[in-house]
Amino acid sequence: MTKEQRLKKRYRAEKRFKMYGLISVSLAVIFVLILVQNIFSKGSSAFSRTMIEVAVNYDSSLLELEGPINQNSLKDADFYDLAVESLLKIYPAKDSKEERQILRLFSPDYEFEIKDFLIKNPNKIDQIVLVKITASDDIDQLNKGNFPRDLPEDRRRVSNYQLNIYDNLIEKEKIDKKFNNYLFTKGDSRDPELAGIGGSLMGSFFTIIICLILSFPIAIMASIYLEEFAPKNKITDFIEININNLAAVPSIVYGLLGLGILLSVMEFPRSTPLVAGITLSLMTLPRIIIPCRASLKAVPPSIREAALSVGASKFQTVFHHVVPLAMPGTLSGTIIGLAQALGETAPLILIGMVAFVVDIPSSPVDPSASLPVQVYLWSEQAERGFVEKTSATIMMLLGFLIVMNFIAVYLRQKFEKKWN
Amino acid sequence: MNSLIAGVILILCLSSYFFGRSEARKLVTQNIKLKALPAYYGYYLSLWCGLPALIIFGCWSLFEPAIIKVLILNNFPQIESKDLFYEQTLSFFNGNFSGEITNEIKAASIKYSSINIIAQNSKIVIIAAALIGSLTFAYRKIQNNNKARDDVEIILKVLLFTSSLVAILTTVGIIVSLLFESLKFFSTINIFEFIFGTSWSPQRAFVRDASAITPEELLELQDAFGSVPLFAGTAFIALIAMCVAVPIGLFSGIYLAEYASTKVRKYSKPIIEILAGIPTVVYGFFAALTVGPFFRTFGESLGLTVSSESALAAGLIMGVMIIPYISSLSDDVINSVPQSLREGSYAIGATKSETIKKVVIPAALPGIIGSILLAVSRAIGETMIVVMAAGLAANLTINPLESTTTITTQIVMILVGDQEFDSPKTQAAFALGLTLFIATLILNYIALRVVKKYREKYD
Repeated sequence: MTKEQRLKKRYRAEKRFKMYGLISVSLAVIFVLILVQNIFSKGSSAFSRTMIEVAVNYDSSLLELEGPINQNSLKDADFYDLAVESLLKIYPAKDSKEERQILRLFSPDYEFEIKDFLIKNPNKIDQIVLVKITASDDIDQLNKGNFPRDLPEDRRRVSNYQLNIYDNLIEKEKIDKKFNNYLFTKGDSRDPELAGIGGSLMGSFFTIIICLILSFPIAIMASIYLEEFAPKNKITDFIEININNLAAVPSIVYGLLGLGILLSVMEFPRSTPLVAGITLSLMTLPRIIIPCRASLKAVPPSIREAALSVGASKFQTVFHHVVPLAMPGTLSGTIIGLAQALGETAPLILIGMVAFVVDIPSSPVDPSASLPVQVYLWSEQAERGFVEKTSATIMMLLGFLIVMNFIAVYLRQKFEKKWN
Repeated sequence: MNSLIAGVILILCLSSYFFGRSEARKLVTQNIKLKALPAYYGYYLSLWCGLPALIIFGCWSLFEPAIIKVLILNNFPQIESKDLFYEQTLSFFNGNFSGEITNEIKAASIKYSSINIIAQNSKIVIIAAALIGSLTFAYRKIQNNNKARDDVEIILKVLLFTSSLVAILTTVGIIVSLLFESLKFFSTINIFEFIFGTSWSPQRAFVRDASAITPEELLELQDAFGSVPLFAGTAFIALIAMCVAVPIGLFSGIYLAEYASTKVRKYSKPIIEILAGIPTVVYGFFAALTVGPFFRTFGESLGLTVSSESALAAGLIMGVMIIPYISSLSDDVINSVPQSLREGSYAIGATKSETIKKVVIPAALPGIIGSILLAVSRAIGETMIVVMAAGLAANLTINPLESTTTITTQIVMILVGDQEFDSPKTQAAFALGLTLFIATLILNYIALRVVKKYREKYD
């Protein structure tokens, strides 16, 4: 091998090596894009809801009202017969089997949607009104184009008869899409078209607030102690080793801690944001202390010396000068720690937040789910409607995380002083 | 009631701050020289007012329910299921009990209401006494013109120290809760059967009443908790993950540290770090609903039978999750290798890649190994990806296309839903948790030591 050949070979190796690096970086970036694209393409349709327009005959004789017609008596009335009669008129049915198929075009809550409309507009009684009623999940998915129509009937969730009605309704322009406010206002449900993340949103909110209240002050005080006051001795070393190890303990172990101590020994209420918040704050604590200490450490000693030289006590130096200067760093560390806690799932599953909760929690001691747990729960469901709901939940979750991380970066860049 | 008491204490704290400050100012106007700023007298009074009362209040609220429970149950020694009875009494007392109301429940709830009233009243009295006592004590001290600043600083220092002890308490809590249940587990199941047994089927212990396990049943249970398949599955999936993460992560780290222009670095580094910020449940969803089915259809087109919960899908996605941990740590480590080493290598005519391979990486090796160890500990502790994408059945296999299960998956599967606390099945989850805790602890300890040693070398 001549000198030139050897040199060429070495340069080729150089190029190859650089190429490997470039490929690796691109692979990682491409994966982020695939993931985001996949979630968005699946989830974006969840933000709309298919509605079927039905002419409802608000015939007061079918309601069996007692006494005068007012909001209270309407609230107690049974709208089932009235609803069924109006819904069955959208298409001729031969027998009760076909009637059942017609009713299955609508979400099981049609009765209440019809009722709510009348309660809001009591003057419409004894009139025929066009009301938009939420379609069932199958029709919803069909309308969004997620069900292939060319399968044989027995492999489809929608029968031929229902397809005919659907086409007929489309022709008459009775089918419409509107913004899915149920997604944000309703709790969990067994029917995808009625399921929403309202409950888990509140659950996550309470959890994060409790986590913040507990972990932020303790983390700041602990890092101030360790960075500014702690004497160099065995106890301090032991605390530091503990913090570093706790930051790397798998999150599921904190779930076992919550289950073993908070639930079974201290008998806190199960499935509640309170327990979730305490468990997550134990988990986040070391993860906040580490960046807090780093930002305290970054404040140059000259600041401390200047304060001490004009007669400030050690405490005045720390609390009047060092801590305010370190604040941007500590705040952004806290926000990033909380963002991690917001996405945490495994410990919450162990402390029982996987319960099926329909009601939206109004306080931290009500049973509830949280956003990531909702993702887990819905991903186990078979219906196609839950896949788009899950993706939409993930979009919300990622949205929150992006906002929190942006705030953290902004705080750091805008307010943190650069010491040279 | 509780929030009212807490509110009163807080309002008193706040007002005593202003009171103490104005008292101190009055002393200043009388030309008495104070040894601290007036605000410190405010803090002093406020701390003395709040702390004792809050501590008493907190302890009381924490222990009251348990003490009342013991007091009531002592009156009904003949009841068998005491916890259930107490629950029924409480719900009867709160007026939402549906079921058969026995005389005992009635008697117990009458007892409960009387004890509750006594407890409430005595709580208020004791807290009020504490408030008044500590306030007058502190007020006297102010009048005697003490060194308020020093005292306040001592109290604060104690507070700071206590909050740093929370880390130790958490560790102790983890160890106690894991050890306690694990020891109970190992008292029924032989520890060697647990570590070396090769069949895992905890559902066999499901229906048994734990307090009444007969010796035959115990013998039968012995080989239901062999956790070798779980260890193997965990290691296998972690291995697949590392096969993905180590090359990609390491090469990304090298590229970003050595080759990338500042512009490329500025944009691609945060994008890669997004991977670390995505919640694991999202990866799990992606692995279970997109990657798993994709592998299955792809495998079918090649004539292979691929389980839709294959170890490959879970491992692959876990590897992607771990990429940023390796890339950013190795990036840091490579950056901290002194420039003089590189320049020496260039000076004798080495190309850039040769310098990296022969000089930079050997110098950075301990740090890189540390980052890989940390990544391994992440991989074995990762839960949601494997819960959603890997299988539930424990098979001992090395075929990546089959489904395997992991330690974390089994913990979740055992503990999800209703648990009966004395069953060996539940305790098995804690024993698995203990194994996981110890394994990750060892890995983290070694990794942190290695990284720290390395940092000291070049700092």
